[in-house]
Amino acid sequence: MVKVLFKDHTGSEQSVEAAAGVSVMQAAVTNGVPGIDADCGGSCSCATCHVYVDEAWVGKLAAMDANEDAMLGLSSDRRENSRLCCQITLSAELDGLTVTTPEFQF
Amino acid sequence: MSDTPATPELDRRPESKWSMVGKDPYAMPIEKIDLAHPGIWKENEFLPFLKRLREEAPVHYCAESATGPYWSVMKYKDIMEVDTSPHIYSSEPTIGIVDAFEEFTVPSFISMDPPKHDEQRRVVQGVVAPSNLKNLEGLIRSRAAAILDGLPIGEEFDWVERVSIELTTQMLATLFDFPFEDRHKLTFWSDAATAIPGGGIVNSNEERWEAMQDCLATFTRLWNERVNAEPGNDLISMLSHGEATKNMPPMEYLGNILLLIVGGNDTTRNSISGGVLALNQFPEEYDKLRADRSLIPNMVSEIIRWQTPLAYMRRTAKVDTELNGQKIKKGEKVIMWYASGNQDDEVIENPERLIIDRPNARQHLSFGFGLHRCMGNRLAEMQLRIVWEEIMDRFEHIEVVGEPERIYSSFVKGYSKLPVILHPKTA
Repeated sequence: MVKVLFKDHTGSEQSVEAAAGVSVMQAAVTNGVPGIDADCGGSCSCATCHVYVDEAWVGKLAAMDANEDAMLGLSSDRRENSRLCCQITLSAELDGLTVTTPEFQF
Repeated sequence: MSDTPATPELDRRPESKWSMVGKDPYAMPIEKIDLAHPGIWKENEFLPFLKRLREEAPVHYCAESATGPYWSVMKYKDIMEVDTSPHIYSSEPTIGIVDAFEEFTVPSFISMDPPKHDEQRRVVQGVVAPSNLKNLEGLIRSRAAAILDGLPIGEEFDWVERVSIELTTQMLATLFDFPFEDRHKLTFWSDAATAIPGGGIVNSNEERWEAMQDCLATFTRLWNERVNAEPGNDLISMLSHGEATKNMPPMEYLGNILLLIVGGNDTTRNSISGGVLALNQFPEEYDKLRADRSLIPNMVSEIIRWQTPLAYMRRTAKVDTELNGQKIKKGEKVIMWYASGNQDDEVIENPERLIIDRPNARQHLSFGFGLHRCMGNRLAEMQLRIVWEEIMDRFEHIEVVGEPERIYSSFVKGYSKLPVILHPKTA
């Protein structure tokens, strides 16, 4: 199992465990982490699973594709470390991954 | 306005030979089914037509219709594929089924592809971002409350006119900080921008164009006022002071203003009416709501699915392609029937029912998906949530006491009349 730490914009934290191979979005939704809407169910087409990835982890993630980049463009709160977490697949290397949910999803 | 349309290709009259009204969808050759004619939408006969196509021809070619040949995409997953493939399915030249009258259209990013779409949308999307909307919640709530407090109790009235139209118009006026006493103009411009000429709003495309010119002149005046004042919280002030928008050419300004007006007007209006109708058709759901008001946010998503206030969006194939086994040629029209995808029981259980505590209620097609996903979705949800919170504070039952009248359109799916009687909360 892989641990993921979700923080929200107020600083509250929730740690969840999920199997390698599932997405960070699925890990959030199945564990009832608030602040992730995932309206499209994980096909990178709604921009409602936006997270800010902790700086220490940004470089460890697979690069985003053009579609994720374009969809993130729909968010008005995009930052350098923004990702759509349906596009982050968990693996052993990501054990301890820490992400922060924005105050609002698009 | 003459009785006969200029060309047979645009024959969308109710008595037209193209109308499917009164016909049994299972008793005709499947290739003859034409969902685009407004008749079956006005008469509320569309569901069995959608069902037959979903089951027997999920990607369906209609070779002959009043608006020419077109493909219909009926299944949730196929619609997702089209909506998320802008490199194959273009939003240009337009997202309505009719190509004609291009000289009367104004540019807006809903009918543009990347990269231009992305650039233009980025400029205005901040104005309906949830962080900005938060500032407006109090004002929207107080105006909704005033409308509801002014309604007659125990006597029949038209919910569409007194509540749905009034609320959405006031909310638009609030968002634009538009002169409040002139707010009915916003409704007229919105209706005129999408109306079928001769259908009761405008008589001709020339008349529509006059309305759009009036709209531009009015908004230009407001722009000039706001640009010379301190930056405010309203959309026009934001556009006129925004670094990326302050030099927008007039037609682009008009296009984007119209898009914001239309996008925020009849969609929300018809979802407000649709919610009242649906809770009356499914009284056990109304009971659930009375017992637990915390269901309102989930109910709002479910109402937006159930109503599907825009029945379709059109794309145009940029290349020869294949969808669910059908070969689509470059240049052909492809209609994504959101109204059908939202009834697809492979994805949505008991789709014909309103279920206000439905799991995954947010997973519906009404806002579209991909780069063109509805920009105002959070505003719409917030408006509906506030309205239902204020309704539940006041009324035990909004009783529908007659048949609703539906709009003559296969695009805007909604109501022109909904007779109701209000029953106040006791104690």
